[in-house]
Amino acid sequence: MSFQPVKFYQTGTFTVGNRLLPPEERSVQASAKRYNSINSGHRACQGCGEALGARYAIDAAMEAADGQIIAANATGCLEVFSTPYPETSWQIPWIHSLFGNTAAVATGVAAALKVKGKRDVRVVAQGGDGGTTDIGFGCLSGMFERNDDVLYICYDNGGYMNTGVQRSSATPPAARTATTMAVGPEPGNVFGQGKFVPAIAMAHDIPYVATATVADLRDLEAKVSRAMEIRGARYIHILVPCPLGWGTASHDTIRMARLAKETGIFPVFEAEHGEIKSVLTIRRPLPVEEYLRPQKRYAHLFGKNPAVETIAHIQALADRNIRKYRLEARQGSH
Amino acid sequence: MLKQTEGSRAVAEAVALCRPEVICAYPISPQTHIVEALGEMVKDGSLAPCEFINVESEFAAMSVAIGASAAGARSYTATASQGLLYMAEAVYNASGLGLPIVMTVANRSIGAPINIWNDHSDALSQRDSGWLQLFAETNQEALDLHIQAFRLAEELSLPVMVCMDGFILTHAYERVDMPTQAQVDAYLPTYEPRQVLDPADPVSIGAMVGPEAFMEVRYLAHAKQLQALERIPAFAAEFRQIFGRDSGGLTHTYRTEDAETIIVAMGSVLGTIKDVVDEMREEGHRIGVLGITLFRPFPIARVREGLQGAKRVVVLEKSMAIGLGGILSTNVRMALSGLHMHGYTVIAGLGGRAITKKSLHGLFREAEQDALESVTFLDLDWNMVNKQLEREKAHRRSGPVAENLLRDVGVVAARNY
Repeated sequence: MSFQPVKFYQTGTFTVGNRLLPPEERSVQASAKRYNSINSGHRACQGCGEALGARYAIDAAMEAADGQIIAANATGCLEVFSTPYPETSWQIPWIHSLFGNTAAVATGVAAALKVKGKRDVRVVAQGGDGGTTDIGFGCLSGMFERNDDVLYICYDNGGYMNTGVQRSSATPPAARTATTMAVGPEPGNVFGQGKFVPAIAMAHDIPYVATATVADLRDLEAKVSRAMEIRGARYIHILVPCPLGWGTASHDTIRMARLAKETGIFPVFEAEHGEIKSVLTIRRPLPVEEYLRPQKRYAHLFGKNPAVETIAHIQALADRNIRKYRLEARQGSH
Repeated sequence: MLKQTEGSRAVAEAVALCRPEVICAYPISPQTHIVEALGEMVKDGSLAPCEFINVESEFAAMSVAIGASAAGARSYTATASQGLLYMAEAVYNASGLGLPIVMTVANRSIGAPINIWNDHSDALSQRDSGWLQLFAETNQEALDLHIQAFRLAEELSLPVMVCMDGFILTHAYERVDMPTQAQVDAYLPTYEPRQVLDPADPVSIGAMVGPEAFMEVRYLAHAKQLQALERIPAFAAEFRQIFGRDSGGLTHTYRTEDAETIIVAMGSVLGTIKDVVDEMREEGHRIGVLGITLFRPFPIARVREGLQGAKRVVVLEKSMAIGLGGILSTNVRMALSGLHMHGYTVIAGLGGRAITKKSLHGLFREAEQDALESVTFLDLDWNMVNKQLEREKAHRRSGPVAENLLRDVGVVAARNY
């Protein structure tokens, strides 16, 4: 007899309440035995998406590797807020070397573990979008093409937030940063620039590439767990809203991440060996304006004379994502 | 075992005897033969267990070595010239983190103009990076210094750069005495890291340090180099016991007893200088040589001790502090502070310019007459220089300097001004 299991969604979200699930279905983070790999007391801003993403991602990796994780960390917010002198939040072996070499440092750690026969110890590298898509991109691509046994996680908040909100190659078009000022005839970041590194990672034919957001933390955990089942180069790109850089309220971080996904601005998918295997479809399609309007970095689009054409351009990009990644909700699915 | 082999091959074999566990390779002349030979040993299984990683840049090479060393593996790489500059940020990082990486620098000039030949500009550009720097005079010494470098690096938990002259040593076939595995094993114990990335005992390596402790961390780096200064002679003595020859140490003097004029230099040019000194000694000149093996930490006391009896010191160096004069000579001068003697800086052999016995004979005789300029450029073609200076006076758009000089010497057939 077929039956529809009842799900209990948390108000205003599509997240199933953990306490209402059987223990084996609960999230890693819901467990009292979670690792707390990045412990409380760090100095991230209120509502920091990166701190949240890192907490879920690294604990999920720890769970999958039975506590045998070594992490390499790029310079950036995560590094600075987690290890301000004389404290560290890391309960795992952790190394920060430079801004642009994290993937290579992780390769070195993985090589050392291999030569010493420590196959059970796994390596995670992590950095922000600046450390990943810009300055660390050469080392990242090298690690990918050699298929080194490293899971690289990029926490993408769309700019160099640690240095005071400057543009990176992951800053979206029209967004205001300190180096894409909201002035002149075309205020904010330029259209037609930037790169989407998950697609470039896929072009390396590595075994696993996924995107995720901090709006769907179960999905994020599942992707980290899946990545940890695989050997070789793996890449997870997590959208992590930044209240400081985006000009959003601290309590809106998860809502902003969800809106990025539901508008098609940020496609959430996973791919194996360059082929997309699954996507998170959009449950209730929303116009991009819903996502843009609460963010001060787009305030210049919504003054007395709204930048209708610019908003339409962003909508067209989101629509293209929806077509390209097949994000439209299929009938009868959730 | 005595064998006739290429310098690079000899170094590769010596490095292999040190049982490196991770080797990162990126091609740049003239170090390439070293990592090629090591790569072959790893691939055919004769060097095992060892991971040989072809990286995408020198910056990645040093970064992979950093990761591997922090995870407890004996790590090695080699580079030269532009490659060393390209990895500079990671070079400083490796020493700042206290990771005992050993790196060969096959000394080569730095462009522009691009030039693949030997001088010491590359290694000396990193003199304040916190790495120990050893300079080999011969292929035998290059080989021996690598074995000592691993010992030194791991005992002190500091990275060590072994510098050998590009092409002059790396590509020269010479007789070397290759140690046995048993000798190297007796000299070099298993690597026991001071810090290691280990899930059983988690540590954070590379945390931020603010004004509260940064000075102290930097001072400790200095203090560790001073410790190295004290311990290196003992390491060299132990090396002599096991391997039966003198190699390494701080400095080497040659015929300096009663010398009025002492020539100071580093690297392979010491061989030519010693030949000239031998010939001049036969003619009754009171001249000797102080060869510097250890450039960082700089053996100030030993240099002072070796030079203080002289009337004049001539520092002949394959490097240059543009806008000042010499790099080595500035260091030597510091060692001689307060002593009354003539001091001369001679910049020679940049970009592979041959340093000939004939030129040295003339130079040293001039020095003995105290007729040298305080900064001398050996065998500089003043015609070429003056012609270019004239050209720049005459024409605003005087064109690229290197192309102009090549045209002057007839290499490029093109328009003339």
